[in-house]
Order: sequence, then C-alpha cells, then structure tokens
Amino acid sequence: MKRAISKSSLLYPLPVCLFLALWEISGRIAHTPLFPPFSKVFMEFWVLLGSGILLKSLAASLTRVLIGYLLGSLAGLFAGILMGLNRVVERSLSPLISILFPIPTLGWLPLLMLWIGINEALPVALIFICAFFPVAYNTLTGIKGVKKEYINVARTLKASSWFILWHVIIPMALPNIFTGLRLEAGMVWRTVIAAEMFAISTGIGSLLINAETLIRVDIILVCLVLLSLMCSSFDRVFLWLEHKLTGAWR
Amino acid sequence: MPFISLRNITTPYCLKNVNLDIEEGELIVLLGFTGAGKSTLLNVIAGLTEYQGEVYFDQKNMNDIPVEKRDVGYLLQDVYLFPHYNVFNNVAFGLRATSCPADKITEKVEAILGLLNISHLKNRYPKDLSGGEKQRVGLARSLIMEPKILLLDEPLASLDPVTARNIRKEVKSLHRRLFLTTLYVTHDFNEARELADRIVVIIKGELKQLGSVQDIFYKPAKEIKELINII
Repeated sequence: MKRAISKSSLLYPLPVCLFLALWEISGRIAHTPLFPPFSKVFMEFWVLLGSGILLKSLAASLTRVLIGYLLGSLAGLFAGILMGLNRVVERSLSPLISILFPIPTLGWLPLLMLWIGINEALPVALIFICAFFPVAYNTLTGIKGVKKEYINVARTLKASSWFILWHVIIPMALPNIFTGLRLEAGMVWRTVIAAEMFAISTGIGSLLINAETLIRVDIILVCLVLLSLMCSSFDRVFLWLEHKLTGAWR
Repeated sequence: MPFISLRNITTPYCLKNVNLDIEEGELIVLLGFTGAGKSTLLNVIAGLTEYQGEVYFDQKNMNDIPVEKRDVGYLLQDVYLFPHYNVFNNVAFGLRATSCPADKITEKVEAILGLLNISHLKNRYPKDLSGGEKQRVGLARSLIMEPKILLLDEPLASLDPVTARNIRKEVKSLHRRLFLTTLYVTHDFNEARELADRIVVIIKGELKQLGSVQDIFYKPAKEIKELINII
C-alpha cells in the first residue's frame, strides 16, 4: 500500500515535466522570438532578476495592491458591519451598492483617469473599488446570518453591544468575510496589471506592455508566470489565515 | 412576598393578561402545547420581547431594566453555544464580558465544569459535542453568572429519553443544591410531573391553571382535563 502511494505520488509532477519538455522542444523547432523555448524564458527570468528590473516592477505592483486592497477591504468591512447592524443604514446603502457592485472594476478606469489623473493614486483607487464591494457584501451576508438567539444568549450573559460585536458577531461572520477577501485576492492583481498597462509606467503591467512593444515574448512569459504565482500566493495566504482563524470550529 | 410577579402580561398575538407569582427558590414548570405562549413568557421575564403589563423581581419593577441587568440565566432547546469557542471559553463568556480577572475565570469555570461532570470536555468545540453534552455546557454557561432566575426553554426536547432523564435528574438536583428560582418550559406532562414544585398550564396564551403536581393531574381544570385525556 505504502509502495503504491509513493509510486503514484511520483506521477504527480509528470504532466508538468511533460508540458515543459514539449514547450522546450516546440520552441526549439519553431525557432522564432514569438515562441521562445522554456530554457530561454528561464534564462531571461534570471537576467531580469539580476538586473533588479523584475523585483522593482514587482515591488511597485505589490505596493499598489497591498495599499488598495487593505484600504478597500477595511472600508468594505466597515460598511458591511454598519449595514449588518443597522437596518436603516442597510436599506439606505443597499440600492446604491446594488447599482455599483455589478460594474466591472476596469469600467471605472476612464472616469478615474479624468477624476484623479494618471498617478499612483489611480491603480490604488481601482483596487480599492475592486476589494470594497465583495468584502462589504459578504460581510453584510455574514453578519445577517448570525442568528438573533446567539445575541440574546450573549445579552443574558451581560455582554455589552461592543463585546457582542467583537466576540460573537464578527467571529461568526468570518467565514463569509473570508469568502469576500478570497474572491478578490486574484482579481486585484488582474486590476493592477490592467491599470499599469494602460496608464502607469511602472510595475509588472508596464513591464508587460513594454515587452510587447519590443516583441520580447520571453519577458511576457516571465511576467505571466510571476502573476500566476502572486495570484495563487494571495489566495493561499487567505486560505491559511481562514483556516487558522476558523479551522478549529468549522 | 413573591420573588417574581407578573401582572397583566400581554404580548402581540400571544399572551393574554397573564398574572403569576413565583416564590424564591421554586421550580415552576410552564406546561402547554407548541405555540401556547410558554417561551414568550420566558422572553418577557428575560426582557427579550416587547410586552404590556408589569414584571417585578423581588418587588422591583423590571419593565425598564434591559436583559443585561436582569440577572437571568437562559438555556434554550438549541443551546446556541458559540461555535467559535471551545467549551471552556463558552462557559467563560459571561465572566469575560463582565471583565472578571483571568485567575478568577479559570477557578470559576473549572468549578462549574466539575459540578456538571463535564471537565473532560473543556477543550472541545461545540461541533464535537453530543446533544446531552451541549445541554450540560449550556447549563454551566448560564449558571456561572450566578443568576437570580434560571429560565429553561424545553432544554431536553431534542434529546433521547435516557439522556433527557439523566439531565432532568441533574437539573432537579442542581435546583435543590443552588435553591435557584427556576422556570422550566415543556410540553411533556411526565417531565412536568417529575420536575415541578408547581405547574403553570398555558393554553392559547392564557394561564389556565396554576397548582401543585397533584392539583394539575388529579384536580385539573376543564380544559386541562381534556388535554390530559388526549395524552
């Protein structure tokens, strides 16, 4: 049994190895800058890393993502809690959110370019919008899902409204809040790349569009792999955090 | 002087002009079928629902006193243990909410878990508890705040007969030991007979009869006679 398991686990990397081998062979046969072999892309990765271009671009994009995502999530969390706790606020804000939520984030780009100009605030504002609505909506859903009996029990145990909020309502809404956070963890990267491609001259998106102009497919592929890693890392960080905070009791 | 006095209690769609006096340390069973208004009466006493009329605890009018300050312990059929806290933290919840010192919390929680024979469960989460264990934890969580009044809303209705009987015995024995004024809601006549000092029968929101177990079962009012016959 043990042998069978170890044998089958040896098979897991096989498709990836086959894919890379196929890529390498096809690239060498094609022999065109439009389809470089895997080894050339890998070499270019080291060159970009060594020159500092890759890290500089990544740092620029990552900073924008972190600031926008943090601000958007906090604002979404705050709005969601406010709506979840106060029916008047919920009824006042719900129609507005229902209208604004379905607008694709990049749809805001032309408007924001006119309103705040082409500067560092532009991608941050876009990411803010990208993170705000799903987090607000999911926080609201999570808070409304907490049965009133839990709150009544807490009240009979002499808990104040603040204590109930921090120790009953928010912890019990956490699974929904994390759904909102994870939903947009990948999306914010797509948004920042789009903003950098169209409007900002630094970051991974800018590196991508410059590589396209210079017909450097190897650099484009390096950027795409890096983006894939960043998106999945973000998702995994939240998955880990969610498991850490809610795994024991769910 | 009664410890709890209810005067002309009326609630929308449910209770109609209920008057009731309960002595300190009594175990009163509120008996009636589903929808009769038993749970609503508990909610009135706890301050969890709107009502007309007056509620007195120890001759003090409680109408304007919020639930947090009424000193009641409340245990519901579904218990509503906080799923994100283990047994220890569930039981400690009220003490933490009232800023009790940490060493005092540990001491009190350990004591109450020991009293209910559930010390071995303290690190478990509610999802890993059986129905009977949940009820015991819920009882510990209510009792740790040393309430003046204990309200139990069909706490054993969803348990198997053996577990329910065991917990019933524990409730009775705890009541004797703590001399805690207790209101126990049930629709089970046998449970009422086994537990009650006095029984209150509520039918369609009205208090139909109040008396000892003997009074209710051997000299029942007309409507209750019909109910007993149905069973």
